[in-house]
Amino acid sequence: MAGGKERVLRRRIGSVQNTKKITRAMELIAATRVVKAQQRARSAKPYAEQITSVIENLAAGGAEVDHPLLRKAEKVSRVGVVVISSDRGLAGPYNSSVIRAAERQVQNARSEGADYSLIVIGRKARDYFAFRNFNIDSYTEGISDNPTYEDARRISETVSEMFSEAKVDRVELVYTEFLSIGSQKVTVRRFLPLEDTEVIASEGGGDSSLTTAFEFEPSPESVLEALLPRYVEARLFGALLESAASEHANRQRAMKAATDNAEELIIKLSREMNQARQDAITTEIMEIVSGAEALGSDSEKSNELLDLVGSSTENNS
Amino acid sequence: MTFQVELVSPESISYSGEAEMIIARTVEGGDIAFQPGHVPFIGVLSVWSVEVIRPDGERDVFAVHRGFVQVAGTKVSILSDVSEAADEIDIERAREARLSAQDLISSDKDNEEVLASLERSEVRLRVAGSEV
Repeated sequence: MAGGKERVLRRRIGSVQNTKKITRAMELIAATRVVKAQQRARSAKPYAEQITSVIENLAAGGAEVDHPLLRKAEKVSRVGVVVISSDRGLAGPYNSSVIRAAERQVQNARSEGADYSLIVIGRKARDYFAFRNFNIDSYTEGISDNPTYEDARRISETVSEMFSEAKVDRVELVYTEFLSIGSQKVTVRRFLPLEDTEVIASEGGGDSSLTTAFEFEPSPESVLEALLPRYVEARLFGALLESAASEHANRQRAMKAATDNAEELIIKLSREMNQARQDAITTEIMEIVSGAEALGSDSEKSNELLDLVGSSTENNS
Repeated sequence: MTFQVELVSPESISYSGEAEMIIARTVEGGDIAFQPGHVPFIGVLSVWSVEVIRPDGERDVFAVHRGFVQVAGTKVSILSDVSEAADEIDIERAREARLSAQDLISSDKDNEEVLASLERSEVRLRVAGSEV
């Protein structure tokens, strides 16, 4: 039988169809998750804004403290890089671009003559850096999908501790900023030391344009001291939430492309399959016809054969 | 006259509404009550309750486990990692937590974690209207 090629193609179409079903399902799941993640990122904003606004008022009140988180090292001998990636792949360029940005930070540190410390969130970045023999000082997994404030608190505690014990003199935060469903951007932010309160205040979008003098209890300094760690946590939490939303948005886009490609491939393969089938039929007819002609002397018999061919082509078409 | 009060947690705004008076306790150990027109104020809250007295005279009570209060003009924001409304509190669980904390305290007086957990469960019970 000449149906071998046809059978192979039929099987391939089947497998592409199955893949398409999977990618379509992943696309739909990512689509619902991105909406949820976006909402969480939005509802976390007021807290960060309020904290910034309190710092603003503190700065206006002239509170200045010697907090460990504000320590500015004269010479940076070790740079901490916090990188937020995801645990699972199939998210388009999401992981590779954030990892590349983090690696660039490490190289920058090296070219400044400083050592580096990697604080890795997400399995993908861990795999990448571990495979290339980078030192990973802290690793967290299983949170990037749906981060909680508790996770942010734990990680920022680790980082703040490293910083206040002078194990690192500067910390950069590498994450993916969620601008909209259609656009996310890898962003590198200075995480520690914190800017002076005046700088935080001028950057913040807080709503207090009031210049009235505040009363502080117990004192401006101790309020600020209690507030700064919260500020660090809120910033990391915001970055985690934005990264999660970006991850889902990227996955949705990648899976949409995969589904579209599968559809295209199915069309292409079905055409090829039909062609193969048609070829097989033509060959068969040719064989029968030439057989009939070889028996040309016996005209009655060849007519019978030609009739047979006629009916078989009708069945085939 | 009333003011706008917001209870803000890192994840969301957990409560917002109008209030006539707000009673809280700062880390210094003193209760402080705010009424509209209060001087702008920023304070660190201790593990204690926050009472919101609404214009209709009803009281909403929350267990606030550490946080900040900012009073500015006609707006009061309470920032806290953990805040629970009275009806969200699981009294049974809080009681158990208190018992086990008291147990641990009797053998280990200076364990800060246990002390904090005892403090938290007591505030929960107080807020939930159960005896302390």
